[in-house]
Amino acid sequence: MANRKELDILFKATKISKSFGDFKANIDIDISIKKGEIHALLGENGAGKSTLVKIFYGVLKPDFGTIEVNNHIVNISSPKSARDNGIGMVFQHFSLFPALTVAENIFIALDKKIIFKNLISEISSLSKEWELFIDPMRLVSELSVGEQQRVEIIRCLMQNPKLLIMDEPTSVLTPQEIENLFKILKRLSSSGCSILYISHKLEEIIELADQVTILKSGKCVSTLNAKTTSTKELAETMVGKKIIKLKKSSVIDNSKNVALEVINLNKIKDNNFGITLKNINLKINYGEILGVAGIAGNGQIELMEMLSGEAICENNDEILLDNIPIGATNITSRRKLGIEPIPEERTLHATVPNLAMNHNTFLTYYYKYQNTKNFFSNFLINPQNSLEESNKIIKDNDVRCPEPNPLANQLSGGNLQKFILGRSMANDPKVAIFSQPTWGVDIGAATSIRQKLLNLSQKGKAIILISQDLEEIFELSDKVCVINNGVLSDILSVNEMSASDVGLLMGANVNNLKKSEIL
Amino acid sequence: MFTFVPRDKVSKNWVIVGPLVSIFFTIFFGLLIFTFLGYDPLETLYQVFMSPFSRIDRISDIFVKACPLIIIGCGLMLCFRANIWNIGAEGQFIMGALLAGSFALLFPDVETKFLLLIMLVIGFIGGALWAFIPAILKTKLNVNEILVSLMLVYVAMLFIDFIVRGPLRDPMSFGFPLTKPYPEGALINKIPFPGIGFLGQLHYGILIILLLIPLSWIFINKTLGGFKITVLGSAPKASKFAGFKENSITTTVLLLSGGLAGVAGVVEVSANMGQLQPEVSFGYGFTAIIVAFLGRLNPVGIFFAGITIATVKLGADNAQMAMGIPKVVTGLFEGILLFFLLTGETLQKYQIKWNKVK
Repeated sequence: MANRKELDILFKATKISKSFGDFKANIDIDISIKKGEIHALLGENGAGKSTLVKIFYGVLKPDFGTIEVNNHIVNISSPKSARDNGIGMVFQHFSLFPALTVAENIFIALDKKIIFKNLISEISSLSKEWELFIDPMRLVSELSVGEQQRVEIIRCLMQNPKLLIMDEPTSVLTPQEIENLFKILKRLSSSGCSILYISHKLEEIIELADQVTILKSGKCVSTLNAKTTSTKELAETMVGKKIIKLKKSSVIDNSKNVALEVINLNKIKDNNFGITLKNINLKINYGEILGVAGIAGNGQIELMEMLSGEAICENNDEILLDNIPIGATNITSRRKLGIEPIPEERTLHATVPNLAMNHNTFLTYYYKYQNTKNFFSNFLINPQNSLEESNKIIKDNDVRCPEPNPLANQLSGGNLQKFILGRSMANDPKVAIFSQPTWGVDIGAATSIRQKLLNLSQKGKAIILISQDLEEIFELSDKVCVINNGVLSDILSVNEMSASDVGLLMGANVNNLKKSEIL
Repeated sequence: MFTFVPRDKVSKNWVIVGPLVSIFFTIFFGLLIFTFLGYDPLETLYQVFMSPFSRIDRISDIFVKACPLIIIGCGLMLCFRANIWNIGAEGQFIMGALLAGSFALLFPDVETKFLLLIMLVIGFIGGALWAFIPAILKTKLNVNEILVSLMLVYVAMLFIDFIVRGPLRDPMSFGFPLTKPYPEGALINKIPFPGIGFLGQLHYGILIILLLIPLSWIFINKTLGGFKITVLGSAPKASKFAGFKENSITTTVLLLSGGLAGVAGVVEVSANMGQLQPEVSFGYGFTAIIVAFLGRLNPVGIFFAGITIATVKLGADNAQMAMGIPKVVTGLFEGILLFFLLTGETLQKYQIKWNKVK
């Protein structure tokens, strides 16, 4: 019987490990996929899903570990050798030439030699067989995103794959297109083709998959039977149960004044890779920390831009500070009013890496020179003045510098973050908006940054904390909400939300982000 | 496969040693090529590198040749520092010269040099207007400024050709495509040195360089405007974060660089030609791109880069005259020089790592 089971296994990866420098993206991951099985790979952003499938498809090489196809160890050194072993992959961002036709796109990516005319008839018959309706002579630029995905799938099917890897295939599709895609995937699997399906959408996985492997921080946490599990169980496993509740002394006080209020804020995405913000409402009081959880790429960057003033609202009254409309003001005016954004990217966004610290200090407070008595000082930079200011920030915040007034890129991530925080706090803001403040810094620096956030809120500042790190959100926040595909959930007190609730909201279908409806 | 990995820290010694190593390689490969083509290699090297310094009037000619390169280069420096790629300085040069020249020809009898001052302003406006086209297309419609500015060069070339052959042709020019000579007030005179007389073609136009280099140094290093340009060029997101307006910076640097190219056009025509002709520039606008980069986008560097390029150009002319070496061969030599200088600069910032393909 055991032997029989072994025969069923199409694809087996054992102890796959991959590091980038010090960062371990994958640690001893085991996964095995049966013939004709739809196997889902679930995990938060940064859990190591993409790295793993890139290894399977030969884009990356693992540091350790073996891959077996049909019980034979294979060496997948390139995407071509992956295809030779019957593995096909549809990437999240398609690799098609818009100016070429469907058939031409398929033709140039084909490993085998084929006469172009025969190819067209082969595409037609494949698209009929699998109901992937597409006209081979149409230009790719004329196709919808869903149709482009069909081209990618046909391109994989041309190679008769035994295993089809799909990386977040539904992130770009409409609900109808998703329904169609699922039909096709189910038919494919019943015809014997295995599918490795990467997603962070829980409902999809329950609906589609047979087995689900869950990754967390580069490790394989568990493999569950998708038919018997629940979205709740998946969410808990994905997020991890150990949420440290470091309760703060402050009691939530409803009498506090409202600091910042966002009312029906809408913002249409700037480009195809952006997220449209839909009807955002939020309210934060002085002395509160509001945690905004969510998987990266669900509108956090756009929300940050709107709140900071890097992007300006259409209507002035979409954002209120102390009940005064400020939506149409720019980032400099908002800084003067007391809103300090601390962006996710420390270098190239919050600081300029090849400029010295005094110039990086000058970057965000140059306006302090304007309207001074000396007319010419408006046009000049004063390195001495900003040097004093930056040295004070460095001293007050224990920023470790390799030399006096170094370039920003000479500082470590944690120290640079301390500097950026200190620079913002030197302006004594009313509202501070943090985006992933402890991302990529070591534990010591992270703890000190978190403590600083708590201290600030106790001093009466209003703090918005946009973070993917749920432990951080629960450790610090008084109120929690979730952003998912540009929609912000209801804001609830941290006591009313559990980690698995948040996990469910993060992976939910966008249409129902009301907690009452989904939980 | 190999990849370029940024170096953690750029060694300060290499900033000086790097170009010297590059020049060594240039000379080495130059010698190889000249030998291979059957020319006396040492004689060629002498002609290219040393002959421009052999007489005092030749030295002054280096400055005359470098003058437009340095003026345009200082403007392009601002663009390139902001990561705006103005490739059309040649066209802006022509339009500056054309607009100012047309103005000067309206006053055939003016002798006061005040006319020249107005021409410099008009030349600036002419060049700036020509650069305003890519600026407005980029900021309003996100059209690539490289293509627009480059293509406008050819428009400007054909336009001056049309003007000089048509509306402004001198009836007394015996059919040559030339305008009437400029009035006295529109000419830049040679500098007389007491006891020596004129030094080659050395003219008062080089005073503009002496003014421009310190001014542009102060602008980029000491003013808020220069700071904005640097920040936008090195980290566009940080410039947004600081609240700088990207579009107005983009427009400003394009207008300034176009304007300076226009000024260079006025200087070149008023000092060396004295009338408009179909060809007023000999690729100065394009060569200045090289000068700007060779000078590491720094005014002092641009001064020396301008001198270097002008020397090699004059040396190439000398080699052609003295030894009959075709211009393409010396062009090849210039190419080798640039190749090694730019390679040296890249290797200062990056190291090459080989990834073994398994």
